[in-house]
Amino acid sequence: MPTTLHNEAAIAGIGQTAYSKNSGVSELQLATEAVRAAIDDAGIHPSEVDGLVTYTMDSSDEVEVARTVGIGDMTYWSQVNYGGGAAVGLITHAAMAVATGQAKNVVVYRALNGRSGQRMGQGVSGNIISSDLIHWSWYMPFGLLTPASWIALQANLYMEKYGATSEHLAHVAITQRMHAQNNPNAAMYGKPMTMDDYMNSRMVCEPLRLFDCCQEDDGGVALLITTPERAKDMKQKPAVMRAVTQASFEGQEQMTSFYRDDLAALPEMELAAKIVYEMSGLGPKDIDASCLYDAFTPEILMQLEAFGFCGKGEAKDFVTADSLTIGGALPNNTHGGLLSEAYMHGVNNIAEGVRLIRGESCNQPENVEHVLVTSGVGVPTGAVIFGQA
Amino acid sequence: MSDEKKQALEAEIRSYVGKPIGPEVIGRDPVNEPMIRQWCDAMGESHPAYLDVDGAKGTVHGEIVAPPTMLQAWVMEGWDMHEGYDEPKNEQHRLHKLLADNGYTGVLGTNTEENYTRYLKLGETVKALTVIDEISEEKATGAGIGYFITTKTAFENQDGEELGSMSFRVLRFKPANPQPTASAAGGEEAVAQKPSRIKPPMGHDNGWWWERVADDGVIPIQRCTSCEKLRHPPRPMCDGCGHQGFDSIDASGKATLTTYTVVHYPQFPGYEYPIISIIVDLEEGERMASSLIDCEREDVKIGMALEAVIHEDDDGFKIPLFKPAS
Repeated sequence: MPTTLHNEAAIAGIGQTAYSKNSGVSELQLATEAVRAAIDDAGIHPSEVDGLVTYTMDSSDEVEVARTVGIGDMTYWSQVNYGGGAAVGLITHAAMAVATGQAKNVVVYRALNGRSGQRMGQGVSGNIISSDLIHWSWYMPFGLLTPASWIALQANLYMEKYGATSEHLAHVAITQRMHAQNNPNAAMYGKPMTMDDYMNSRMVCEPLRLFDCCQEDDGGVALLITTPERAKDMKQKPAVMRAVTQASFEGQEQMTSFYRDDLAALPEMELAAKIVYEMSGLGPKDIDASCLYDAFTPEILMQLEAFGFCGKGEAKDFVTADSLTIGGALPNNTHGGLLSEAYMHGVNNIAEGVRLIRGESCNQPENVEHVLVTSGVGVPTGAVIFGQA
Repeated sequence: MSDEKKQALEAEIRSYVGKPIGPEVIGRDPVNEPMIRQWCDAMGESHPAYLDVDGAKGTVHGEIVAPPTMLQAWVMEGWDMHEGYDEPKNEQHRLHKLLADNGYTGVLGTNTEENYTRYLKLGETVKALTVIDEISEEKATGAGIGYFITTKTAFENQDGEELGSMSFRVLRFKPANPQPTASAAGGEEAVAQKPSRIKPPMGHDNGWWWERVADDGVIPIQRCTSCEKLRHPPRPMCDGCGHQGFDSIDASGKATLTTYTVVHYPQFPGYEYPIISIIVDLEEGERMASSLIDCEREDVKIGMALEAVIHEDDDGFKIPLFKPAS
């Protein structure tokens, strides 16, 4: 029995629907289309899948997905909480299941009508009394109703403390928009962005402008997880998990961890970094490309520091050196990310991590051995390092 | 709707852009005193320039003129032009019928903009030509998914002199969640109610806190009755010693600004924008979220001294806010 998840699981299939602002179909249809595509990509039959994992926020139940896709007997299913923080959690759960033999082939999925249906940006409200809703109630009456408003509080302090400016945030946004120009699946394909475009975009929650905020889209993404051993017999080159973990840090809240001493840092990401580097035996210098969670541009700056790609407060200089571009020190979100490809709650960033290992990214850098992918920022989160088989 | 069907529909609706909705409409009556008088009565307008021959002589016009905002009234057609779409009478009807037949059954006037070139004199005849000017991309709105359709109308007199213009935009949409009607929601009372800020759901773990704000006009801070550790926001167990018993102390209201954001968008009913939303460090050591009032945007500084005020909303809800320390 393995005692860590180092090299115990691999992603052998990825699948996705088209991303749009109005799918015109049910979330179940999006979920099952993505799941089926991931299974086909791996080259196995639906009946060989015996586990499913999704988000607590997802509306498509595991058994409904199984019945629709033609998945038969299942021995494992679970759901992971905390919005985009769940992304890597899904594959952590799936990896544990295949590493222990509880399941052989697990598909994880996330599908949402995130633009035409329930939108993240439309805020939270409600009268049901749950610990989660009471938690939100400490913010809602004061006008803090959207993800942008919660992140802006932390971003403002970070920028003031380290002298980061809108120009630095713009570098992140413009680089990822540039990447999306080679990705026909991206929402912002064919829509390049200049510094002027960025600066002229409307203020949402200071210091966040519209183009500091990610897309809202309809679509679905799925990933098929199995053991590296079984993956050898499947159709695609697998992305092996050198390390994978979830991470929640002391004082953690969902989007509102305002009660820690230093608000200009992401301690849950520092915890994730410590674990994945220890588990993999790798360090920041070994990472050739990344897909850092990017619901909002300041999150990229803070994660670059949390994962040791630069020192505290140095991310602003790191991003202005074009480090995040294809030829840079750390090509990041080569598909465009949540900012410019689609907001698939972070699972599309994991799919891009797999493509980078396969050598199939629309912006493929040379010699990619290891890729870091993270989940949601400001929430209980997680990180994974992929390597070659 | 399949992709092909959708593309076909979009191509068809876009073919309407640039088309006049029909022939030029010519006002049935020239600009005349009785219509002006009736309109002024309805609108509560009493300016002599519109109503009184002698009075009008004393104005810059020297004679009676029509109120500029009456412009469209001179070319309004009878009700029969607006009955359903079973037998469309013009291009605009045909466009709306096409969308309605494809499920976009809702229609909502969203905004109109008028420009007036000059005052109209008695005896002038108004003519109007309306063109379908613009159809938006399909948009997801609160009402449902649909298209914004803008028409532009040019007004001129019998000699072709420009009198003004109007753009009018409607949303043609697929109703997302049919809203209960006013009567179903409780009659006029429900409609008249002014929206107010989102209230906290009151449960065992937080209700007492809001009650103390309302009843005692203080900001309470929860305190463990065993180890006396303070905690905010309230939770049902002390994270220091595990004790469940608690009471509270009253915060002095003195605080410093830890961080802030100025919220511009989206704008929810019941709030006044922009909002300066803040995190403060209370003098007692605990942190809380709130918003800042009585402070200009440019005066907001991280670290500034603040003091609490218990604010009462129009609906009686009491909430602790902060203002710059005096």
